[in-house]
Amino acid sequence: MFEWFDTDVFLQQVLLGLSNGMIIALIALGYTMVYGIIELINFAHGDLFMLGSFLALTLVGAAMNCGIIDPALMGASSHWWLLGTLVLICGIFCGGLNLVIDRLAYKPLRNASKLSQLVAAIGVSFIIVNLGLFWGGLPMDVLGGGGAAAAPKDFPHLVSDINLLGEDSFVVMTWNDIVIFAVTIPLMIALTLFVSYTKLGMAMRATAQNVTAARLMGVDVNKVIAATFAIGGFLGGAASVLYANYNSTVSFQMGFRAGMDAFTAAVLGGIGSLPGAMLGGLLIGFVRAMSDQYVGSEWTNVVVFSLLVFILIFRPTGLLGRKQREKV
Amino acid sequence: MKTTAPLPLPSPARAAPLFSRGQCLLFGALLALPMLEFFFDLGLSAPTRFVLVFAIVGIGLNVVVGFTGLLHLGIAAFMAIGAYAFAILTCSIYPFQIGFWPGLCAAILIGAAAGAFLGAPTLRLRGDYLAIVTLGFGEIVQDLLKNLEVITKGTQGINPLPAPWFFGATFASDTPKTWYFLYLGLLMLCILLVRNLEHSRIGRQWFAVREDELAARCMAIRPDRVKLVALAVGAGLAALGGALLASLLSSTGEPGNYDFQISILVLCIVIVGGIGSMTGVIVGALVMVGMNSILLPLLGQKLQQAGIGTTTSVYLAPDNYKYMLFGLALVLMMRFRPKGIIAAREEEH
Repeated sequence: MFEWFDTDVFLQQVLLGLSNGMIIALIALGYTMVYGIIELINFAHGDLFMLGSFLALTLVGAAMNCGIIDPALMGASSHWWLLGTLVLICGIFCGGLNLVIDRLAYKPLRNASKLSQLVAAIGVSFIIVNLGLFWGGLPMDVLGGGGAAAAPKDFPHLVSDINLLGEDSFVVMTWNDIVIFAVTIPLMIALTLFVSYTKLGMAMRATAQNVTAARLMGVDVNKVIAATFAIGGFLGGAASVLYANYNSTVSFQMGFRAGMDAFTAAVLGGIGSLPGAMLGGLLIGFVRAMSDQYVGSEWTNVVVFSLLVFILIFRPTGLLGRKQREKV
Repeated sequence: MKTTAPLPLPSPARAAPLFSRGQCLLFGALLALPMLEFFFDLGLSAPTRFVLVFAIVGIGLNVVVGFTGLLHLGIAAFMAIGAYAFAILTCSIYPFQIGFWPGLCAAILIGAAAGAFLGAPTLRLRGDYLAIVTLGFGEIVQDLLKNLEVITKGTQGINPLPAPWFFGATFASDTPKTWYFLYLGLLMLCILLVRNLEHSRIGRQWFAVREDELAARCMAIRPDRVKLVALAVGAGLAALGGALLASLLSSTGEPGNYDFQISILVLCIVIVGGIGSMTGVIVGALVMVGMNSILLPLLGQKLQQAGIGTTTSVYLAPDNYKYMLFGLALVLMMRFRPKGIIAAREEEH
């Protein structure tokens, strides 16, 4: 082996990449579902994810204040039920919010050009970023997040930090890694089953293929679009809790970066394809981890964005995407 | 319709006046502003220079978004390229030091070349994908400038930069009015230039591609080439704006200053003012930049004087509502007035 290559370091980065990749995949599903149905790059999705993590932070703070959990035990003991509840609450919150956003901002533009919808989505994204800034200004001294509204806030580990591979192992794997897989994999299976076997899922696939034909077959397209936004938002909300718990930090500006990673993942996998988004998310997580270690973390964003640009230019259908003719 | 004889083709370049009536009014007002300041101490001509700079960038973006119909989300990258090209070629810590005007010209050329470089491989992409590629390019340029510290001094930015000179006299930093008139003159020059392009063959090709790419192709227009020219012109003007901004601040500032937020600010200028209308761009720049760098800071100052605004409360600092205002501007304009405040007149084209 090469001198610079250390197996332990490599394995650690692989684990880090897989864990972050699963989170990215969960966000990417929200992008890919919405794009598959109405061909809109839902630019605000990343920022929605950010709001979800702020809600999680607030709820954790409230739980600490009410004495439900003990701040001193953070990182030592595991609060499975709390984490589960947060995933559910933040998921529902983000799903609902996504539904409202679609109703207010995108639905009136359904017949306008694609670019006006994208511009509206960017506008929504900026509004949400501002809401996140204000949310961060709420008193959160309980968490030691500091008084500065714009500063990143610390998020406590809700599950134990103990190394599952033993105290002596260089590679660190904790319950924080396990919990990501324990949440994302069932969610992805559930989504796949839902899209494959339920009536609404079938309607979604039909609408994605051809809106007019689906409408003629009696599909309530508006309901399908609303459901898509709600489900995408739910997955983003669930991802936000996992992200905050895993990376221990929450900032009102993190939506942009996470959103771009997830969008890159969706495009890499083939936009509109659910397995593509999952694969793409894992790959992007892996690429980020490798680039952090072997290229330098200051270059990681350049690597990811270059990847995005190159895929869009040379293989816009992605890895698993269908070849699609331009509709006139 | 009776068309016995072939209708004479209008030659818009000669028929249209140099500046439209709205533009004349705006320029009149902009010229009058510093005059007024001889009598009243408004303190507006110094910050209004930023409006002029962003109007130039807006004119550039308008060529891409308004005339050609391509959504460009990384215009700030070209401002950065212009600013850094200008800085490296003129700053005293580098060996070139070619002076203000040659530096400005070089910045425009380098910016336009960068625009063509980005455009060449990407212009076949669909609209929304192109938007994302330009966004990605914007982020890449920022990170490159940040990381290539040997050349760009990283987050320090490059300074000091030369001030403009005119008829042998170098502008002093404490005479904002001279800068103001120079920048206003440059803005008028840019508008004239773009107006001539708009009424020329390439301008009509831009509109044709925007309206219907397939139909344009049938008319033997090559959309790729036409779009490439639009992107290069837009990038060149944005680079000019970036260089002027850097000269104004006597520093490029840190690369993070040319971020997505600035690209969206310029997009807001174009969209709020009226997509495709140059009068609209000036109005948009007055509204958006006026709000961003004159009104909000002023409001914050007044609040602080009144003892209401504190540094600890995030809600009382007007600057913190910036994102919200940008976002609302975009969403509401798309919803209720997609053609902007000053809609481009259809018959013009």
